[in-house]
Amino acid sequence: MKILTGNDLGTGDVIWWAGDGWSRLVGDSADVGDRGDELVRAEEAAQRVVGAYVIDATVTDEGIRPAHIKDRIRALGPTVRPDLSLKPNDADAGNWVI
Amino acid sequence: MYRYDSYDQSIVDARVEEFRDQVQRRLAGHLTEDQFKPLRLMNGLYLQLHAYMLRIAIPYGTLSARQMRKLGEVARKYDRGYGHFTTRTNIQFNWIKLADAPDILAELATVEMHAIQTSGNCIRNISSDQYAGVAADEVTDPRPWAELLRQWSTFHPEFTYLPRKFKICVIATAEDRSAMRLHDIGLKLVKRGDEIGAEVYAGGGMGRTPMVGPQIRDFVPEDEVIPYLEACLRVYNRYGRRDNKFKARIKILVHELGVEEYKRQVEEEFAQMKVLGLNPPREELDRIRPFFANPAYEQGLSDEIDRGDPAFALWVDRQVATHRQPGYAIVNISLKPVGGIPGDASADQIDLIADLAEHYSLDELRVTHAQNLVLPHVKKADLYAIWQKLDEAGLAEANLDLIGDIIACPGLDYCSLANARSIPLAQKLSERFASPDRQKDLGELKLKISGCINACGHHHAGHIGILGVDRKGVENFQLLLGGSGAEDASLGQITGPGFSEDGVVDAIEKVTDIYLAERAQGERFLDTYRRIGMKPFKEAIYG
Ligand code: SF4
Repeated sequence: MKILTGNDLGTGDVIWWAGDGWSRLVGDSADVGDRGDELVRAEEAAQRVVGAYVIDATVTDEGIRPAHIKDRIRALGPTVRPDLSLKPNDADAGNWVI
Repeated sequence: MYRYDSYDQSIVDARVEEFRDQVQRRLAGHLTEDQFKPLRLMNGLYLQLHAYMLRIAIPYGTLSARQMRKLGEVARKYDRGYGHFTTRTNIQFNWIKLADAPDILAELATVEMHAIQTSGNCIRNISSDQYAGVAADEVTDPRPWAELLRQWSTFHPEFTYLPRKFKICVIATAEDRSAMRLHDIGLKLVKRGDEIGAEVYAGGGMGRTPMVGPQIRDFVPEDEVIPYLEACLRVYNRYGRRDNKFKARIKILVHELGVEEYKRQVEEEFAQMKVLGLNPPREELDRIRPFFANPAYEQGLSDEIDRGDPAFALWVDRQVATHRQPGYAIVNISLKPVGGIPGDASADQIDLIADLAEHYSLDELRVTHAQNLVLPHVKKADLYAIWQKLDEAGLAEANLDLIGDIIACPGLDYCSLANARSIPLAQKLSERFASPDRQKDLGELKLKISGCINACGHHHAGHIGILGVDRKGVENFQLLLGGSGAEDASLGQITGPGFSEDGVVDAIEKVTDIYLAERAQGERFLDTYRRIGMKPFKEAIYG
């Protein structure tokens, strides 16, 4: 699947296009098919997102998994600071990115 | 320490208000990201992997206690309770909100700090020796020069849009603690008879095409240093490769022209510059110098240190350096705890170090390019009290210049340009080599890790260097041996095919085993490598 990600203009938070708006959870991502570039243009023009881009992802038992490690780290947070990641109570969360 | 005059303060204050207006216009949708990005970068605000990152300049790595305290406050109030000291002796905050950035810069301006020229193709923060002003073998104090260069390069209209970024370092000792020859321009202050001047090195650097800067002048008299630098920059500004980002640094120009031709062009330009009277008035250096005069050292202090506590004695042997004033010492504070994140300090640690600087180090501290901190003026009688406080805060690691004192860039955990994670690897290595006895036995061994070819982790200059690469979406690590950023500067050579994260840790253990087996009396790792060459190490690693 193709999903869309970027950073929130104001907070800088990593965000994922959920079909009708943006979510901080990669698991909420919607498949944008071939509409990615069009959405990037519209959402950036509306000043809702910065640096948006389309990536490949797969659906796994654990949910949506971006194809590249960089985007998996973006989805989780820094692997060296699990306390600041989106899964602060999961000591093994860092393994998900590898 | 230097204190702002009204010009310094007014240009920094004006820049804050200008940026406040730009941020408001961006948030209101009146500026697009394409329009805004160069403006935020001029104020040190990057968009990184997880959020905006603010890089704050620490001129020549020097901070007062109140400045340090302000950094702790920024960490606590606007970030997530910590900051990261960089190999450029700056500090970065990783979790900044755009709307907060102008307020942060306004707060920094109240303590004479800013984030100007911490990004972009301009002259960046000037670096210098962390022992400046206190090193026993110093020709002169390099800080007044560094400050003069800071003033000269700040908002220099001709050098605001150079072909690429430009880094200058100034030192004044034979021992190079600042990787001087790996800067775009390195100045080494020297004495000729009674006259002070500078040896000039140009075209050094790391990154994609690492080079050790060749000497282009063996002596530029004090009064002519600024016009000479103007000439160096002018030639670069005119002929630097603006057509290709990867070839745009001065090192490529010097390499492509050849050192002799670059020198010739600089001398020609210099001859014209000299008569223009562009050198700063002598009075300006004379105005700056008293800010760096010797502080009020107490006289007649004892040099005795009570070494009764063995853990304290171990720390003294490793972390404390000789001060030129009897009764005083230089304290190196390691930001490399076993299993920790190199260069990171929590807001509480930052506050503690500010307090220590205020109470025990005549209100001053320094940041080193190896991502550690220094208290430059400590009475020997206070060392034990300082050590106890550091120990309580997890800051009493005794590993300066040992294998545990790893330089690591933020890597793929934070940096949007990264190929691989540097920090987890640094953590694994520091755990593998955690034993103090083992580290001591291995002796000086500088290990440096970069998460990509940009080399912010100085991997080319590591006795052992590691470069993270992306191999079909999987992190992979190349190993280099034999680099040095010191006065014996050299570039590391790649051992061969890369490794996984665990594989490179094992490979480094094999490398250290070969060193231990082969070393001659008194040889450091680097000396043994230079004597026996790559082959035995390669055989051990790849078998
Ligand atoms: S070396 Fe590369 S990964 Fe590391 S901080 Fe620099 S740009 Fe980022």
